[in-house]
Amino acid sequence: VSDLALTSTGRAWLDVTTRIEAGARLVGLYGTAGANGTDSTVVTAVLAEGDHLDLLDMNVEEEYPALTPAVPAAFWYERVLHDQFGVLPVNHPRLDPLVHAGMHDSSNRAVQPPRPGERGAAATQGPAPGGPAGTLGPTVRLFPSEQALPRHLRGEGLFTIPHGPVRSGVVESLEFLVETPGEDIPRLQIRVFAKHRGVEVSFEGRDALEGVFLAERVEGTASVAHASAYCQALEDLAGVQIPPEAALVRMLHAELERIVGHLEVVARLCESSALAVGLAKFTGYKEEVQRLRHDLCGSRFGRSVVVPGGVAPQRLDQTRHHREQRVHTLRKAINHDRDLLMVTSSFLDRLRGTGFLDPTRAAEAGAVGPVGRASSVAVDVRADRPYGAYRDLQVTAATPPHASLGDVQARLEVRLLEIDGAFDLVEHALEELAHLPEHELNWAHRLGHLDGRATGSVEGPQGEIVYALEVRDGQLVRVWPRTASMHNLMLFHDVFHTDVLTDFPFIEASFAVSNAGVVL
Amino acid sequence: MPWLSRGLNKGVVTTKWPRNEDRYQSESLSNLAQVRPGATGLHQPEAAAVCPTGAVADRVEGMAIEQSRCIGCGACVAAFPDLFEFATGSAQARLVDGNHEASEVEVAALRTAIATRTRALGRSVHLRHVDAGSDGSEEWEINALFNPYYDINRLGLFLTPSPRHADLLVVTGIGATGMLAPLARTGEGMPHPKLVIAVGTDACSGGLWAHSYAGSQGVTDAVPVNVWVPGSPPTPFAILYAILLALGRLPDAAEGSGGGRSTSMPPRPSRSSPQSTSGSTSGSASAALEVSRKEGPT
Repeated sequence: VSDLALTSTGRAWLDVTTRIEAGARLVGLYGTAGANGTDSTVVTAVLAEGDHLDLLDMNVEEEYPALTPAVPAAFWYERVLHDQFGVLPVNHPRLDPLVHAGMHDSSNRAVQPPRPGERGAAATQGPAPGGPAGTLGPTVRLFPSEQALPRHLRGEGLFTIPHGPVRSGVVESLEFLVETPGEDIPRLQIRVFAKHRGVEVSFEGRDALEGVFLAERVEGTASVAHASAYCQALEDLAGVQIPPEAALVRMLHAELERIVGHLEVVARLCESSALAVGLAKFTGYKEEVQRLRHDLCGSRFGRSVVVPGGVAPQRLDQTRHHREQRVHTLRKAINHDRDLLMVTSSFLDRLRGTGFLDPTRAAEAGAVGPVGRASSVAVDVRADRPYGAYRDLQVTAATPPHASLGDVQARLEVRLLEIDGAFDLVEHALEELAHLPEHELNWAHRLGHLDGRATGSVEGPQGEIVYALEVRDGQLVRVWPRTASMHNLMLFHDVFHTDVLTDFPFIEASFAVSNAGVVL
Repeated sequence: MPWLSRGLNKGVVTTKWPRNEDRYQSESLSNLAQVRPGATGLHQPEAAAVCPTGAVADRVEGMAIEQSRCIGCGACVAAFPDLFEFATGSAQARLVDGNHEASEVEVAALRTAIATRTRALGRSVHLRHVDAGSDGSEEWEINALFNPYYDINRLGLFLTPSPRHADLLVVTGIGATGMLAPLARTGEGMPHPKLVIAVGTDACSGGLWAHSYAGSQGVTDAVPVNVWVPGSPPTPFAILYAILLALGRLPDAAEGSGGGRSTSMPPRPSRSSPQSTSGSTSGSASAALEVSRKEGPT
């Protein structure tokens, strides 16, 4: 510790660890290359403290003492830093590649991918509007090496089941290497890099107002949440409060998105336990909510609703009453089937005790969303740092009825509670919107000059979504999206204590991770 | 037992499309922009600059929107409502030749070629999906095809976990460089005849990620694509339209036009019609399928 205190980096690290010991939560770490015109990397720790997010910067030359031994939540973030910037966290427990695995160009030369922030505002990678498709190609395409991570067996009698990246069913690409003596799963490797899209660098150089379209597609199943978090950061920079009617519309769509996300989990659990009618019913409800969203805004995923400064102009026409009725009927039907589901023993038997996430482990890793709440980590951005329409509503973080369970059933119960809570908020928003005088509505404020650094965060369907942005003269220099999927997938290693291979689909469904948001 | 009555109580919600019209299929707002029919021939050079993917072009014959690059964000519709509008209906899939949209002459030839290839598949078509760097929403929309509202099993379309049993490869995503090799291996593992559908604007052109060092501007270079479905993401009906287009099983009235505008379509006696249940026909179809499977790689 005395060695550490000598350097400025060490002092900054000590600051982070002290504050975390005092109760702050590590949201994540990200790096920025070429900041201040130097070649060094600035590593920023994002801490959630009380009712705000705090950013702590430190300059890192080539190596620095790893944060992970003291703060387990930093585990994956330091691997990403190592991949993206080549910085070396000394004493990191396992520095295997995560997002960049042995990147090389088409002639097999090893190449370091562009470091986020490097191109910054000077980037000119925006499309030449109207130009022929052929001229818009990327300068250098980089490929990961499939042999980059160890795939060998690690113990006597163990064999490896490579599961992915192309898996059965219609799912996102993700590779699990399951090492098993037959039934148990003593060790699991998660290889996410195959799907890397270069999201962070793609933001850079774009107009800040246009960036919302990219944010919506970082994790396509949580478009509204991502767009809202991104726009909150811009609004913070501009010092603008969005109009109350816009805040209501954002909440309406965010809660519908939450309902759909949770219904998807219920349906996947029904599928895994071969409950065919349950699967048909809950996928049917999901379709009904998607069609409702489509009727409300023209997109089944609520896209292009959230814009910087508010929301796109909404139509509040004579079908108001019809919509409220539709939501009410849907809610009743879902609750009816939910009640039957939660007494169906063939279903519950598969969930109880499966995929146990120890509350202590969940707390030290800072698990977010329903996964965390089911293991007694009561983190919910709507409650902790209320934003928009939630400011007046006092949402509380859901807790499972059987406290401290932490298994698949607890995660399901949290989600079912949240579906009900989300319907409350949807009905509230529809009612409030119905009473607004149509001719006086202001859907969005103009954002003035954008310059500086800011954060935005919302509670998405799968948990906390955070954006940290750096903008220079209206152009994006660095964008760091932190998804709940990224934060929670790290814990996927730790939930197979007593479970066997056939429990795998249940545990995976209960985590509801979107790999698009993990590997970016 | 209680689940049985729950299932029956709901009644039938499944669409009758393509046999009968479905208004959600034909009339609802699509998530692609188009030039207003009344605005053809007009020029507005500034309009090209508002498009985040460069889909809007100012051409000699007037403004144009390249649908394979449109993400339906509505930036052009909001800025120039006189020029652009959102299209309606789900008929947004296009036959492609290599990596460009086929011309009208080529379409006829392609259609014949595909019809010949898919004749043997009859009413038992198996789909294999590969995600090559999508944002996750396209997977939801493909999965939705199996919910009770679409239930594409009724059309003889099934999912298969193995490429060895697959006739149709459904690809989503920007062609992430890490997925190119697994995608190519999956394609090679499929028997002939096989068809490839690129689902989503990302898969057609790379969309907003077209300039990424880890993307490929769509999947057209990695696998031989037969049909494009733009949209970010395309709706389940748009994907179903694309599958039927690839299989040559769209009723004539639904093709090319706004998609199933006519109120009723007479059942056609050919094998391509979903109503065809003639024993001898399906028998010969499965025999032909056997032959074609044997020709494929083993």
